[in-house]
Amino acid sequence: MLHIPILRHGAPYRSIDTQRVAHYRTREPFVELSMANPGLIRRDLLRQREVREKLAAFPTSVLLEMCRRAADYFMNDTLPVGDETQTPDEYVRQLSATTGMPHVLVRKNMKKIYGAMAEMESVIAGLTRGLDLSILDTGHGMHEGHAVSFFPRTDSLGVVLPSNSPGVHSLWIPAVAMKIPLVLKPGGSEPWSPYRIAQAMIKAGIPAETFCFYPTEHAGANEILRSCGRGMFFGDSSSVGKYASDPRIELHGTGYSKVVIGEDQIDEWEKYIDVIAASIAENGGRSCINASGVWAPRHGREIAEALAERLSKIVPRDAEDPEAQIAPFANAQVAARISAIVDAGLQEEGATDVTAKYRPERLVEKDGATYLLPTVVHCESPEHALANREFLFPFASVVEVEQERMPEVFGPSLVVTAITEDEALINRLIASPHVDRLNIGPIPTMQIAWDQPHEGNLFEHLYARRAFQRAAAGSGK
Amino acid sequence: MSSGTATDIAARSKAVREALDAHVREIIEWHFNPETGCPFWLDYASKLDWDPRREIHSYDDLRRFGNFQDEWLRGGPVRRWVPKGLADRPIYVFETGGSTGVPKSRISIEDFRIDYELFSETLPDEFFPKGSDWLMLGPSGPRRLRLAVEHLAQFRGGISFCVDLDPRWVIKLIKWGEMAMMERYKQHVIDQAVTILKAHPNIRCMFTTPKLLEALCEKVSLKKAGITGVFCGGTEMTPQFHRFAVEELMEGAYFAPTYGNTLMGLAVHKPFDPADNYAIIYYPPTPRAVIEVVDPDQPSLLVGYGETGRVRLTTLTREFFMPRFLERDEAERQEPCETYPWDGVRNVRPFSRLQTSVVEGVY
Repeated sequence: MLHIPILRHGAPYRSIDTQRVAHYRTREPFVELSMANPGLIRRDLLRQREVREKLAAFPTSVLLEMCRRAADYFMNDTLPVGDETQTPDEYVRQLSATTGMPHVLVRKNMKKIYGAMAEMESVIAGLTRGLDLSILDTGHGMHEGHAVSFFPRTDSLGVVLPSNSPGVHSLWIPAVAMKIPLVLKPGGSEPWSPYRIAQAMIKAGIPAETFCFYPTEHAGANEILRSCGRGMFFGDSSSVGKYASDPRIELHGTGYSKVVIGEDQIDEWEKYIDVIAASIAENGGRSCINASGVWAPRHGREIAEALAERLSKIVPRDAEDPEAQIAPFANAQVAARISAIVDAGLQEEGATDVTAKYRPERLVEKDGATYLLPTVVHCESPEHALANREFLFPFASVVEVEQERMPEVFGPSLVVTAITEDEALINRLIASPHVDRLNIGPIPTMQIAWDQPHEGNLFEHLYARRAFQRAAAGSGK
Repeated sequence: MSSGTATDIAARSKAVREALDAHVREIIEWHFNPETGCPFWLDYASKLDWDPRREIHSYDDLRRFGNFQDEWLRGGPVRRWVPKGLADRPIYVFETGGSTGVPKSRISIEDFRIDYELFSETLPDEFFPKGSDWLMLGPSGPRRLRLAVEHLAQFRGGISFCVDLDPRWVIKLIKWGEMAMMERYKQHVIDQAVTILKAHPNIRCMFTTPKLLEALCEKVSLKKAGITGVFCGGTEMTPQFHRFAVEELMEGAYFAPTYGNTLMGLAVHKPFDPADNYAIIYYPPTPRAVIEVVDPDQPSLLVGYGETGRVRLTTLTREFFMPRFLERDEAERQEPCETYPWDGVRNVRPFSRLQTSVVEGVY
């Protein structure tokens, strides 16, 4: 069986403690992971300063060039995976085997990761607002006529990763170009992407020591976040709460992303149904930037009907099918629990599963795999229990709410696509602390721009600016 | 000297078993004799329709007692556990558990000294030099560990320095999610240990827990500190931890993992054998204690060798009789070996069915 080792500052280490990850359909063990004990992680991380100094010695321009090359290697080359090798096609098949994600969606995510590496200069320019990147080499310089100086807040970035969608890996990759080594804890069923990204980077010339890769249990994940000066944590609402008061850790929890239609556009809602459907269902509905709500002042039932009719055409297909749009659940019990939560919510008056009449069951099995079919619920009020929920499948509530209550009634929302030209509403959205990413106009919530930050600015997370003044040479004489 | 063949081990196992049966008869006679027994067992026997002194002839006969209930050890009067035959001796009480609610209490007189003297025989003098001093870095308070390690040091001609850790406080910090405070407390403990090690160069040996060992080795090199032998216990150790400790923390020092608690005593580790791949294999101090692995659903049945089950402890000393106590641990049943020709346990860890209610901290 294929074995994926720990990477201890780039050096493979085979642990006695292993965990086997099963194929999503056959439930047969598919890959074995070496598991890191917390003490080993702590001990390795005593070297953080030394490792950062080695990475920081590379000029940023060289690191950007290495990232570009790494993008190509990630996308096209055969790279090591444990003692074996992995072609790009094998990566797609292996990732699909343990997560259930259809090949076509894996390939889309692969392109997203490729994009993050290939477009690293744009990404960093966006995050630093066009800073002359040689300032990261010297620590100080001039920016827009002002003296600036930045210093790293940490010697490494610890990242506790999810398994839901490989696209999230594009979020931490820029740390390398910003000279901050990585300490990665992969998601339980998705070790493939972070391992392959690290291998592509190493092949491109990034020092292998830059990458620690620790499959580990909760205690090990806690050690990573505790030992690294800065961290990123991906998890559901209950798990991110534990770190809510720790400013060192950037949290990526539930998105509650929404498409919002203003009074001025609502009578033309049919024009936007493609954008709304794509926002809900792209990437199998597994991303935090998938819309889980459509909020409109009226026509809620018609919008829900139109979405239900369209999304009910999405059916389970083989992982290899290029038309596949949804992924099965690697754990069938999770799917059953989610479906039961939706059913329990529907017991409360004021909500209807509009998709129900288009397909007999929400929870279905195909070839031994368990799926949740797309579900659109119409909610008569934003107070309904299902009005603001997010699940790991294409699920959206269409909620009727007066425009005057927007955006206060939304609660925290990672992405809001606001289909409106009403400046007053737009201004309220811009001023809202609850809206993280804002798209004005019919832009799918899933559409990202490389030069825009996501859920916090990684540069500001990793670097701080200090006041800086330097007297002219000789002025002290 | 034993040849170590399977036949030889089997023959020695049989002899051990016969000695165990004889020991059981002696212990039953002591604890159920109105002149020498403790009030608890005498009261227990008075409610039986059979007489343990007449009907218990062998270890297997202990099944007639069913399983020892840990609730019996929670609360007083603690003197009900003091055998009349030892009532005039100075009595210690040691506790186990107790992070919430009433801890289990066990009385002791000499057992902790006897257990650790027996354990001392398993420590190689090359790594635990006689006459060298010790550092006891772990929980003291109501536990017997501090006194026991101190006695071990004294028995070997040394003096024990002690740094305390309160595991009940650590468990509370973990339950409250106060991980930063737990870390600070751990560092507070380690800082004291580092100070002691630097100030007392005759310290060559130490006792500590797995997590404190890791934390100490982040601050000092054991080799530079002059430590040549480490006796480790208190919480679960995985084979991976064992390997990590030997390969990366010990720097040539001897690593002696142990399993035990206040109720049973101290089980020693099978001498290191590369063929075991760092599996941690313990053997109890038979006949004073027996460790078995039983079917969790039918705890009267032992599992086969190599199979997983729940750990069952039996303590058979004149101070304490505890038949067939189901521990909150699971393990694989291990075959007898040349050094210890009786059953052992492999890779003890918290019993998976109870795991949600068990919090292990730095202790």
